[in-house]
Amino acid sequence: MNARLHWRKFLSAFMLTMTGVCALISVSVLFFILGYLVYHGGASISWNFFTKLPAPVGEAGGGMANAIVGSGKLLLLATLFGVPIGFFGAIYLAEFSGGTTAFIVRYAADLLNGVPSIVIGIFAYALAVLPFKHFSTLAGGFALGLMMIPITLRSTEEFLRSVPKALREAAMALGASKWKTITSVIVPAAYRGILTAILLAFARVAGETAPLLFTAFGNRFWSNGWNQPTASLPAMIYTYAIAPYDDWHRQAWAAGLVLLGLILIINIVARAILSRGIAVPRA
Amino acid sequence: MHATVRPAVSVKIPPVVTGAINREPASALSMRMTISKVNFFYGAKQTLFDVNLGIATNKVTSLIGPSGCGKSTLLRTLNRMHETVRGARLEGEILLDGQNILAQDVTAHRRRVGMVFQRPNPFPKSIFDNVAYGLKINGSKTPIAEAVEKSLRHSALWDEVKDHLHKSAYELSGGQQQRLCIARALAVEPEVLLLDEPCSALDPISTAKIEELLVQLKDICTIAIVTHNMQQAARVSDFTAFLLTGQLIEFSPTPQLFTTPGDPRTEAYITGRFG
Amino acid sequence: MATTTTTVPSAGPVAGSRSFLSRLREGDEIARMITFLFAASVVLVTVLLVVELWQGSVLARHKFGFSFFRTSVWDPIFDQFGALPFIYGTLVTAGVSLVIAVPLGIGAAIFLAELAPARLSDALEFFIDLLAAVPSVIYGLLGVFIVVPLMRDYLQPGLKKTLGFLPLFQGPAYGVGFLTAGIVLAIMVIPYIISVSREVLLSVPRDQREAALSLGSTRWEATWKVVVPFARGGIMGSIFLALARALGETMAVTMVIGNNPIVSASLFSPGYSIAAVIANELTEATSNLHYQSLIELGLVLFILTFVLNGLARLLIVATSQRGAGMGNA
Repeated sequence: MNARLHWRKFLSAFMLTMTGVCALISVSVLFFILGYLVYHGGASISWNFFTKLPAPVGEAGGGMANAIVGSGKLLLLATLFGVPIGFFGAIYLAEFSGGTTAFIVRYAADLLNGVPSIVIGIFAYALAVLPFKHFSTLAGGFALGLMMIPITLRSTEEFLRSVPKALREAAMALGASKWKTITSVIVPAAYRGILTAILLAFARVAGETAPLLFTAFGNRFWSNGWNQPTASLPAMIYTYAIAPYDDWHRQAWAAGLVLLGLILIINIVARAILSRGIAVPRA
Repeated sequence: MHATVRPAVSVKIPPVVTGAINREPASALSMRMTISKVNFFYGAKQTLFDVNLGIATNKVTSLIGPSGCGKSTLLRTLNRMHETVRGARLEGEILLDGQNILAQDVTAHRRRVGMVFQRPNPFPKSIFDNVAYGLKINGSKTPIAEAVEKSLRHSALWDEVKDHLHKSAYELSGGQQQRLCIARALAVEPEVLLLDEPCSALDPISTAKIEELLVQLKDICTIAIVTHNMQQAARVSDFTAFLLTGQLIEFSPTPQLFTTPGDPRTEAYITGRFG
Repeated sequence: MATTTTTVPSAGPVAGSRSFLSRLREGDEIARMITFLFAASVVLVTVLLVVELWQGSVLARHKFGFSFFRTSVWDPIFDQFGALPFIYGTLVTAGVSLVIAVPLGIGAAIFLAELAPARLSDALEFFIDLLAAVPSVIYGLLGVFIVVPLMRDYLQPGLKKTLGFLPLFQGPAYGVGFLTAGIVLAIMVIPYIISVSREVLLSVPRDQREAALSLGSTRWEATWKVVVPFARGGIMGSIFLALARALGETMAVTMVIGNNPIVSASLFSPGYSIAAVIANELTEATSNLHYQSLIELGLVLFILTFVLNGLARLLIVATSQRGAGMGNA
C-alpha cells in the first residue's frame, strides 16, 4: 500500500465515522429534550396542575385545568370539522373522481398543508373572529381543523387506493352498489391506515400554538360553551415561559411534559397500529 | 498509482477433488487467477460447494449454468464484491498471480480486477468524467485525457463520442452505455475484467458489438464472463465452466465442452433439456 | 338485497330489477355528490385563504408598493410600515439554521442509508420522526431556558473571543438574537433533512455504488462521489422543505429572537421575524393600515413557502423516478 492509498483509506474511515457522529448528535437531541422535560416538568407536576385554575400573578398553587379542558374542546372541534372533510373528500378522490378534479383537489390539499400555521391563524382570524368581533373556541377549532384536513385527506386517499382491485370487483360482482362496496369492503380494509392518519393529524395540531393566538386567544378562567375565548396548553406554555415568574416557569415545564407526552404517545400508537400490518398489502 | 502488470504465473490447476471433469492441458497454460476449494455461504445457506477453477491469462473464460447455479456469486468473489453483503462468507483460496486476494487490501485489489454489470450503470456524470472516475481517485501517471481516449478506443466507443465527451452519459443508447462502462472499467488497466451477463439488457446489434470487443480485449487483459446465453459462450470464450446448484460440473476448452461434453448433466443443459 | 318496488318509472318485463338498479344508481349518485361537496370544500377553503391574504392586504400594497420590502421603519404610531427588518430576520435565522442543519442532516442521512444495518437505521429513523413531531412551542420552551442561557454565558462570549473580529460576532451577548433563533431552528429542521435525504439515498440503485467500489473506490469515495451526487436532486428538495419550515416557524423563534425590529450585521443582535411580528401584533393592530401591513407580511410568507414547497416536491419526485428508471441490477 502506498501513501496515497493510506490517506484515502484513512479519509474514508474518518468521514464515515463523522457521519455516525452526525446521526448520534441528531438523535441525542430528542433524548435531551425528553430528559429536560421529564426532569423539570416532572418535578412540577402536581394534583394542582391538573385541577386548579391559574392563580393570580405571584400566588403559588395555580394550575392549568382550564387549559387542559380547553385543549380538549379545541381538538374535539378540530376533529369534528377536519376529519369528515378529509375522509369523505378522500373517498371522492379515490372512488368517484376523474383525473383533473382529483389533481386540483390534491394540489389544494398539498398547498394547504404547506401553509405556515401563523398564516392559517390569520385566515381563521379574518373569517371566524373579525366578523363576530370576539375570540372563540369555535374559531380555534376551525383553525386547527383546517390543518387536519390535508393530512387526513391525502393519507386516507392513499390507503383507500391501496385496497386491491380484486376486493372491489368481488363486491361489485355480488351486486353491491358502489357506496355499499365502499362502506362495507374498502373502508374496513383500509381502516388501519385511515385511523393512523387521523391520529397523526390529531397529534400534529395538538401542539399548535400560533393559530390559537388569534382565535381561541386565551382565558385565565373557565371558558363556558363554545363561543368564548379559551385557554389551551400550548398557548399557556408560551405565555408562562416568557413571563418573569418562577412559578409560571415551573408550570410551563409541567405543561410541556404533559403536551409532549401526549403527542409522542399518540405518534407511537399510530405507528404501532400501522406496522401491525395494514389489512391489505400496499400497492 | 499505476498497477504494474505482473508476469502471469504458471500455475497448474490444483488436483481436482470433486470429480469435476477437467480437461485442459495441465502445463502449457498460465492462470491469471486460481480458485481453490471455494465454499460460499449466505448466512447459514451454502451456495457454492468446493469449486476449483482457473482463469487463464489473456483468454476468455465463461461461466454458464441455469439460474441460481451460483455463477454470478462465483464471479463476484473474484473482485471481493461479496463483501458488500452482510452475512456473506467465503472459505477457500483465491489467488491472483499467486497471491491470496483475501489477504490484500480490498480497495487495491478491486483496481486490479474490474467489473462490468448486467445493466449499464454509468454514473450521473459526463462521458468523460465516467471514464476518468477511476483514474482520478487512484491517481494516474499518464494525463487523464489521454488515458480516457485510450480506454474509449479499446471499447470501440471513441469514434461515436469523441465530439461529445462532455455530454451526460445518460444520453447514450443502452449499448453505448454498456461500452462506456467497459471503457470505465478498462481505464484503470485491470489485469482481469469480469463481466456479469453484460448483454442481457441489450439488443442483438449491441450484443454483437460487445462480443466482438471481448475477443479483442483478450490481448490486454484476462476476461471472465457469466452468461446465460450458451451461443454467446460458444462464440466468445476459450474456456467454459458449467455450474449446477453451486457445484462445478465441468470445465473444458469451449469447443470440447460444447461438442463432446463429458458429464451427462452438461449435455442435458447445453441441449436445452433444462435451463 | 330484496327488491321491493313501489314506483316503477317505466313498465317492462324486468320492471322490478330496473327500479332496483336505478335506486342503486341514485344512492351512488347521492354519495358521489356528497363526497364531491366535501372534496370541493377543500379547494374552496384554499382559494378563500389566498383571496383573503390578497384582499386583506390591498391597502398596504397600494400604499407602499415595493418600498415595503426596502424600508426599515415599522412605526404603528405614524402608520409607517417597512418590512425589511422582518424579512431580514426571517432570512438570516433560516440561513443560520441551514448552515448548521444541512451538514449534520446530510451526514446523518448518509450514515443511516449507507452504513447502518437496516434495523439500526429503521430504529434511528423512528426517533428522528418523533423529533419532527415535537411542537414548536416546546422547542421554544427549551430555547428560552436552556439555549438562551448557554448562548449568553458560554457560546456568545466564546465566539466573541475567538472570532470577534468578524462583524458577525460582535455586540453584547444578550443570549437571545439571530444566532440563538438560528440554532433552535436548526434543531427543528434537521429531522426533515434526514428523513427525506435518507429515503432518496436508499432509492439510489445498488449498482451505482457497486460500480464505484469495483473501480477501486473506498467506501467514502463511492458514497460521496457517486451515490450522493446521484441523489442530489432529492437532497436539495429536502433542504428546500427544511427552509420552508424554518421560514414559517413562529413560536420557537418569537421566544428566542428578542423581538427587536432592526437590521444588524451581528448575529448576536436581537431581531425579529415575519411570523414573530404577526404573532405579536395582529390582534393589537392599531389601525387598518397596520393590520393590512401584517397581512401583507403573511402573504409574503405564504408565497415564499408555496414556491419552496413546490420546488421541493418536484426535485424529490424527479430524483426518485430517476432511481426507479435506472432499475436495480
